[in-house]
Amino acid sequence: MRQSHHKYKNSAAFYDVDGTLIRINIVHAFAFYARRQPSLIESAKRTVLTAASIPVFWAADKVSRKWFNEIFYRGYEGASEDRLVMLADELFEDVIKPNIYPRTRDLIEESRRAGCRQVIISGALDFTLRPLAKYLEVDELIANRLEFDGGYATGKLKKPFIAGATKAEVMRDYARRHDLDLGSSWAYSDSFSDFPMLAVVGHPTAVNPDLRLRSIARSYDWPVLDLDQAA
Amino acid sequence: MRATRPRTRPQSREHVVTIDTDSAPRILFSGENFLLEDLPVGTRVIYPKRPLTGVANPRAAIRYALNHPENMEPLHALLRPGMKVTVAIDDISMPLPIMRTPDVRQLVLEIVCEMLADHGVDDVHLVIALALHRRMTDAEIKRMVGDKIWNEYWPERLYNHDACDPDGMVVIGKTRHGELVECNRRAAESDLVIYVNLNFVPMNGGHKSAAVGLCGYESLKSHHTPKAIVDSNSYMNPPDSAIAHSMTRQGKVLEESVKIFHIETVLNNRTFDGPLDFLMKNEDDFTESDRLKFSAMKWALDKLPFAARRELFMRTPAAYELIACYAGACEPVHDKTVAKSFEQYAVEIEGQADILITGIPYVSPYNVNSKALNPLLVQVMALGYYYHMYRNKPVVRDGGVMIVTHPCSDKFDPVHHPSYIEFFNRLLPETRDAYVLEQKYQDEFAYNPSYVEMYRRGNAYHGAHPFYMWYWGQRGREKLSRVICVGADNATVPELMGWETADSLAEAIAMARTTMGRSAQITMLHHPPIVISDVL
Repeated sequence: MRQSHHKYKNSAAFYDVDGTLIRINIVHAFAFYARRQPSLIESAKRTVLTAASIPVFWAADKVSRKWFNEIFYRGYEGASEDRLVMLADELFEDVIKPNIYPRTRDLIEESRRAGCRQVIISGALDFTLRPLAKYLEVDELIANRLEFDGGYATGKLKKPFIAGATKAEVMRDYARRHDLDLGSSWAYSDSFSDFPMLAVVGHPTAVNPDLRLRSIARSYDWPVLDLDQAA
Repeated sequence: MRATRPRTRPQSREHVVTIDTDSAPRILFSGENFLLEDLPVGTRVIYPKRPLTGVANPRAAIRYALNHPENMEPLHALLRPGMKVTVAIDDISMPLPIMRTPDVRQLVLEIVCEMLADHGVDDVHLVIALALHRRMTDAEIKRMVGDKIWNEYWPERLYNHDACDPDGMVVIGKTRHGELVECNRRAAESDLVIYVNLNFVPMNGGHKSAAVGLCGYESLKSHHTPKAIVDSNSYMNPPDSAIAHSMTRQGKVLEESVKIFHIETVLNNRTFDGPLDFLMKNEDDFTESDRLKFSAMKWALDKLPFAARRELFMRTPAAYELIACYAGACEPVHDKTVAKSFEQYAVEIEGQADILITGIPYVSPYNVNSKALNPLLVQVMALGYYYHMYRNKPVVRDGGVMIVTHPCSDKFDPVHHPSYIEFFNRLLPETRDAYVLEQKYQDEFAYNPSYVEMYRRGNAYHGAHPFYMWYWGQRGREKLSRVICVGADNATVPELMGWETADSLAEAIAMARTTMGRSAQITMLHHPPIVISDVL
């Protein structure tokens, strides 16, 4: 039987991650790191601080994803690069893997079979997503990168920030470099904040969408997928 | 509505009524509501036959068929302990609307599964043979097969066919015409396949059952084409249907490698009963009670919101009864089934019409439990099914006009019909040419990974399915000069489909007469229930 019909050999599928392929978001990863500090007192302190910051993160995200990123990633300031990378596998096994939506792998498999290049594009940190990208066997991971100075995080992100309209710009650039046709490519996201990345491709698909994106998807006749529903 | 009607009409041609000056207005379905319209004097109204009497003991009739099959040994003689058996079952697309429980498929399955167990056959899988239709939900399967079968087989041994599963499909071969034959792997590797069919119209059943129900996209696309539809002088009549011929060729290739025991069941046409029984009658024969029931229902439907009206109809199952059950080899079984089906549905009429009027109801084979009869399905009901409800010659002559009544709302079910939405809004504005659509876009939709995912694990029709809906109206589109829609709530949807609109039936008839002349013969098909015109 056919394994891949390669109908879409010049196409890509771009996936947002948080809320789209997995149930959790970057705050969970942040909390994971906060809980795993060298001393118990430090762990407790960081955990309490993270919990207390959640309303601020939420409010910042509602105003601007860029502002959210600036506030949020400041929390990583002073963290050792080695430690963050080392704990990433544990983060994946303990936190991310159990929260992958039941139909995530199926969707990626269908897309791969159609001949699409598989690309994750996420505002999360690259080292936290590498094990997931490997697990899902995607071709490319585009994610935010923390700035390190002397092996320690400065609390700032390297540019470009992967969020909002920048995602669309990065996708355009990626398509140019890899000779891909965005008109016959797919984008998958759960959030209205990713409207630009959805709008830039020929086949936008809302996945487990929030109310605003669901409404947009209905208006624009985009398909709506629910990866949380077991087949 | 007029108050009283004389009861002196001759009964000899009760299925064909000619409207005269004192005829009652006629009821036409218009989606989830009705229209009540006076028709011009001389209009011919074709009514369905009365329901044939159901068999007194359906279980006994089924057992008799299994033990006295056509051109095959009785089912029990084909069984041996340890063999591998797959039971394939027709899906929710029939009957319409869904029938009251117990569904006839439940009756057959209970008898067949008991027989399998009695003969030591344990390796049994039950597969819903849905081809590229949507997966049935758990609740729908449970309702169809009944608690006993559900509890014993679901989910490991009772499931939906998956035409896009690369590991679950096998290529059987090709026909002499080069048509690919694929089959569900489990069925293909079984020692015996038992096909449980529910025959609703003559185009169902026969080789279509296994060759289509268990096939994949690559084999389906050999006959689901605009050309095959145009070459079918009624796809309701198998001998004249190019699609049926293609399916027969595929079925014969399939049966060379897979042994299939066919069980076909035929239902009568008791679509409405109880409070809705007036819909089975000639309006001239309405009693005061019938008129009151209709007025009350119309009043309520006018007041209710769309979703409530839809629920009301969808939750009213039909009282269909089993009128025949045949079993054994495919072709002799199906010949009997088709003959019985025509016995129920065929009504002889003399001569073709210039103008055909028909109401479009709320349900089609592809929107059971959906949120709407979307525009493409309205189109397939009109130019596909209702245009093809004939034998010999079309009810409406070539170059004639078809008038349909439906709101044609821009409503789609995004869960069941996601690819329909893109087809309708992206492709139809570009072209209505089915041949161009087939060549340019069909594969794109079929392989779209989002649609494949929604078909395989959601409850969506396959990405290519809207194309088939469009093709199925192709012969009607090519043969008719105009299609006029009465009661559309917008102009965009009919225009996209190439239809004209009229505010009332009288206006539509006047428009049609400008093409067909003042003396044009007008015929109205009064359905549902289903009626197939035998045009002499």
